[in-house]
Formats: sequence, C-alpha cells, structure tokens
Amino acid sequence: MSRDDPIRHHKVALVGNPNSGKSALFNALTGARQKIANYPGVTVERKAGRLALPNGEARELIDLPGAYSFDAASPDEEVTRKLVHGEFEGEAAPDVLVLVLDAANLEQHLVFAQEVLELGRPTVVALNMVDLAERDGLTLDPEALSEALGVPVIPTVAVRRKGLPELAQAIAEADAHADEEAHSRWHLTLPERRLAAKHMAKGAILSKSTRHTIENGIDRVLLNPWIGPVILFGLLFVIFQAVFAWATPFADALEGGVGAVSALVTDTMPEGFVRDFLTEGVLAGVGSVVVFLPQIVILFFFILVMEASGYMARAAFLMDRLMAGVGLSGKSFIPLLSSFACAIPGIMATRSIPDAKDRLTTILIAPLMTCSARLPVYAVIIAAVIPQTSIGPGIGLQGLVLFVLYVAGIVGAMAAALVLRRTVAKGAASGFIMEMPRYQLPRLKDLAIGLWQRAWVFLRRAGTIIFVVTIALWLMLSFPKAEPGESQMDASVAGMVADGLHPILEPIGFNREMSLALVPAMAAREVAVSALATTYAVDAADEEVAAEGVTDKIAALWSLPTALAFLAWFVFAPQCISTIAVARRETNGWKWPTFMLVYLFALAYVFAGLTYWGAVALGL
Amino acid sequence: MTLDAFEHEKSARITAVDWAALAEDEGKRLKALGVDEGAEVSVIHRGVFGTRDPLAIRIGRMTIALRRAHALAIEVEPA
Repeated sequence: MSRDDPIRHHKVALVGNPNSGKSALFNALTGARQKIANYPGVTVERKAGRLALPNGEARELIDLPGAYSFDAASPDEEVTRKLVHGEFEGEAAPDVLVLVLDAANLEQHLVFAQEVLELGRPTVVALNMVDLAERDGLTLDPEALSEALGVPVIPTVAVRRKGLPELAQAIAEADAHADEEAHSRWHLTLPERRLAAKHMAKGAILSKSTRHTIENGIDRVLLNPWIGPVILFGLLFVIFQAVFAWATPFADALEGGVGAVSALVTDTMPEGFVRDFLTEGVLAGVGSVVVFLPQIVILFFFILVMEASGYMARAAFLMDRLMAGVGLSGKSFIPLLSSFACAIPGIMATRSIPDAKDRLTTILIAPLMTCSARLPVYAVIIAAVIPQTSIGPGIGLQGLVLFVLYVAGIVGAMAAALVLRRTVAKGAASGFIMEMPRYQLPRLKDLAIGLWQRAWVFLRRAGTIIFVVTIALWLMLSFPKAEPGESQMDASVAGMVADGLHPILEPIGFNREMSLALVPAMAAREVAVSALATTYAVDAADEEVAAEGVTDKIAALWSLPTALAFLAWFVFAPQCISTIAVARRETNGWKWPTFMLVYLFALAYVFAGLTYWGAVALGL
Repeated sequence: MTLDAFEHEKSARITAVDWAALAEDEGKRLKALGVDEGAEVSVIHRGVFGTRDPLAIRIGRMTIALRRAHALAIEVEPA
C-alpha cells in the first residue's frame, strides 16, 4: 500500500468491550482481506482491513483489542488506550471511532462507552447483536440511546450483515467532520459513569420479558461440578482422535505431492549440487513443514469453534482448579492443549494470558507437551525394542509405553511450572477473572477467515524458520564431501559436531549413531528417524520402508537401556529450532529461549541418564 | 458474610471490597466488570469435583468467573 493511497488519509477504528461482537463486525465490514501484524514492541495483534464507504471512497479500518476500561489491566487494554489517545509511537490516533456495544449487555458496555465518548472524537455507535438481545426478551430503542449519548446509534447484527450499509453511511458522515478539533467532554468518575449507564440502559430498553437466558440452562449442564468436566474430557478425546486420525490421509497426500515433485526434479535435472539442493534441501524443507498443516488446521478448527461458541471460557473455568495447583490459571489450558499438535501455535496462543508471569511459564513448559513430531521417533523406537505383548485385556505393552511417554511430558510440564512459578517466574498467585461470553452459533465465514489467518501465520512463521534450518543442516551434512569409502555423514560438518557430542552423551548410554542423529533433529524431532536411516545406510526411497529398516537395525544393535534412554531424551529435549525462534519472538529477546534450551536439555540429559542407569541396574 | 460463603443462586448486595487483598490488575478488572460496592450479584456455579474454586457469579446480564480468593475479599448482604 503506498503512502498516497486514499485509504491512508483517514483511519477508522472499532473499539469496545471484549465479547461485544467486534471481530465479527470487523469481518463483516472488511471481508477476508485483512492485514495482521504486531503492534511494534508488543505481542498484541494489529488487525487492519479496507472499509468501503457508500460514496465509493475507502478507509483503513482497524480492530482495536477489546477493553473494559482505559485504566488498563492488560497489555491489550494498554494498546487500545495508547492508540485511541494518540500516544502510540509510530501509529496515529484513529480519525473516526466505531464504538461497538452488545445490545443485550448495555448497562455494562455503556460504562466504557462513556469513557470513549469523553474523548470528543467523531464517533458512531454500533448497537451490535440486537438479535441476541431479542432472543433474551429485550426490545431496544436506538433513538433514545442516540439522544442520551449524543452520537448516531445504528442497530447491527454483524453475523447476518444487518445494519451494515447504514453503519457505513454513518461512518462516512462522521468522517466528514474528522478534521474538526476534538471537544473533550466532562470527565466522570467510575461510579458516576456506572450510574449514568444504568439510567441510559433503562431509557433505551422499551420492554423486558423475564424469560430466562438460555445461558443459565446450558451452563447448568456444562459447568456442573461433576458432569461438566466429564463432557470436557469427552470433547478433548474427540479432538485428539480427529487431530491424529483425520489428519493422516491429508498429511500423506501432501507428503506424496512433495515426493512426486522431488522425483520429477530428480528425473529431469542433471545430477549435481543444484539438484541435491532442490530435492534434499528445499523440497525436504517444504515437506517437513506442510506435513504438520492438516493436524494444525483440524486443531485450530476445534479451537475456533470452541472460542466462537463461547465454550472456551467454560473449558478454562473447568480446568482452572487443576492449573491453579501448579501456579497457573485456566487460561493456560488452551495454549497447552494446542501444544499437543505443535508447540508453535501453542506458544502463539499464550497471548490470551493477561498475566506476564503466567504467560512466560506457559511458554516455557509448552515444549514438554508431546507434539506430533515426537510420534515418528517414539513409534520407531518402541516398535524396535518393546515386545508386542499384551499385559491385560485390550492393553498392549507398546501402547502402554507410548501412554507413559505422554504422561511423562504432562507431569514434567506441571512439575516444571511449579518450580518456575517459585523461581524465575515468581509473582503473585495468578488470578483468574474472566467474563463468560454468551453462547452463540459460530458462523462459517468467521471460522473460515480465522482458520485461514492462523494457518497462514503458522506457515509464514514456522515455514520460514524450518525451511532455513533444513537447508542449513543439509549444507552441514553435505560438506565437506566424503573421500571414497568414507561415509558422507562421518565426513561432514554435522559428523564433526556429533564427534564432539558423543563423549558428552556416552555416559547416558547413547551410541555414536544416536549422537549423530540428534544434530539434524534440531530442525524437527522426526528428522531423527531419517537421520538414523542415513547413518545405518538404510537405502530406501520410501519413508515407511526406511522406518522399517531402521527398526530392524535398532532392534539388532541397541540395548534396551539405550533405547529407553533415547525415548526419555525426546520427552524433554527441545529439539526444534522453530519453537525456540517463536519463543524468542513472543518474549521479545533471547533471554528466555536460551533459558528454555538450557533447562530442557538439562532435564533431557538427567532423565535419559536416570533411565539408562536405572534400566541397567534392573538388568533389562 | 463473604461472597464465598453466600447461598447459591440468591441475590447478594456487595457492601465492601477489600481491595488491598487483591492484586492491582485484578482489582481494576473486577471494578471494570462492575464488581464494586453496591452491586448486586449471585453465585451460580461453584467449583469442580467438590472443590470451592473457581466461582461463576451473575452480575447484571453477565456471568463472570473468579477465584475463591477474590470472593473472600468481597463482603455481601442479602439483597
């Protein structure tokens, strides 16, 4: 967008309480073409889009973070306060404000509304979700409200596109006065504002039936102290099933597609550096990123549905007691849940945690959740060294070991949180205060926009990092070239690094091949499998055949204590440069990612060692 | 009586809030949500699996989740 673009001239901003339907209104006004970035210096998302006015002109529309007050209690509110007051460095104050109010919760939303109107900026009120207010038995009078507030009030239903042309018209009219000087109004205190809000809400409500809101009925079941958690765990079970079962065919298809392109390149290009670079570096890098996309899209779909329907706040409520036990709150639940697919979206999701220490702790423990990249490693090692015996009706020993590895990750994360909250992330016991939004049927378009945005952010962030790292590692593995008779892995830079690592890892039972596999596995854990295949000179084009070959080799060459130590290592080891890079981004520096690397590698070393020597002592 | 001990689903009026017992941000958040002296609230959910934490309260047309520690800082009387 150039500086001369008319859209640059004036800026319109949506402002309002959380749960006012602001985002849905933003989607309805701008469509799918949105620009998402961070506000400079803070990890608060800046969403901007293009708003078409009835006169054919266009304005930049930004969706400010939801706020209860300008007396900021969270980083989100601080951004909104600074921006609206024109105190944000590098971003001018918006010229026109669109104040979004929940029609069914006027008495509450009118408190912040008065704070916004005190600024004296050109303002239009969107009386949003009037349909839900009607569902709750409320009949409203927008004119009375407009008179009380002194600005135009437009009833809207964002999700049904009701009232949008009228709102755009009102914005255009306010925009025409945007260059006039602001007339700040009389400032009221909070109790005065609350009293005024009560009167204005009363005056705007024409009739009110005593009908019970549907929330009470649904919450009676979903928040029931006994049934509620059972429903939540049932839902989580379904989500896990979906993430791991439904994603497989898509992941296979994507992998097959990348493989086909790779084969095409191999067939059509002459042998040499460029071809190897394309197939083993570039395409392998692309492949290792896109293979996670189906799982992440499916997981995000469920998370978005939970968020849009209003259930997410209930899930946080139900999990709060459990999380409080280790010094966290219910708000850490969702990021940690996401981390079972991949720690990268999990760490990005910590932005919804208002308390800084809570958020830091959640970022630091997110890599301990068993992400999907660990599964190929677990699967190969378990198949190689754990017998396929049954230890009870329907319980296989192999499955039990896998289950133990998952539990070890969760227990490790909880123990780490407990320690971190008492040491490096010390702070007042994190509170848990949150508004429970009303239940709503999620709209397909909003889900689609949200899904696209999150998938794109993942591809862009993780994609570029994994891609660069894969290529760097490929270079490390390919150079210097091996002499005839020498293996490439041994001769390469990576081989030299492994030689340096081996003496350190030998005491915990790792052999040289394992040390070698750990180097390329820094890109992503599952690379350990193909690296082992390369070291054992398993010559197989297909990954499954390669895995089988590796399984046979491991079964023949590794002792049981060694294999168990390798599994224990992968429960803790932060073998994922992308996670480290995202942690750097989200904590604004190298301090915490460095800490994360050190403490997780230390845990991995200690627990792999304990496993090895424990197993040796038991005579396994 | 504190809100923590108040009867389930009965209307209560807040008579005093011990702001000093709450973290600054938590106090701000509660105030912004309307949990302040004079407000009418009712406890509608309490705890999970027999615990007393967290609580969900009804204030106006909103439902708010908070912890027992917060409810213990809120003095109420029957409304």
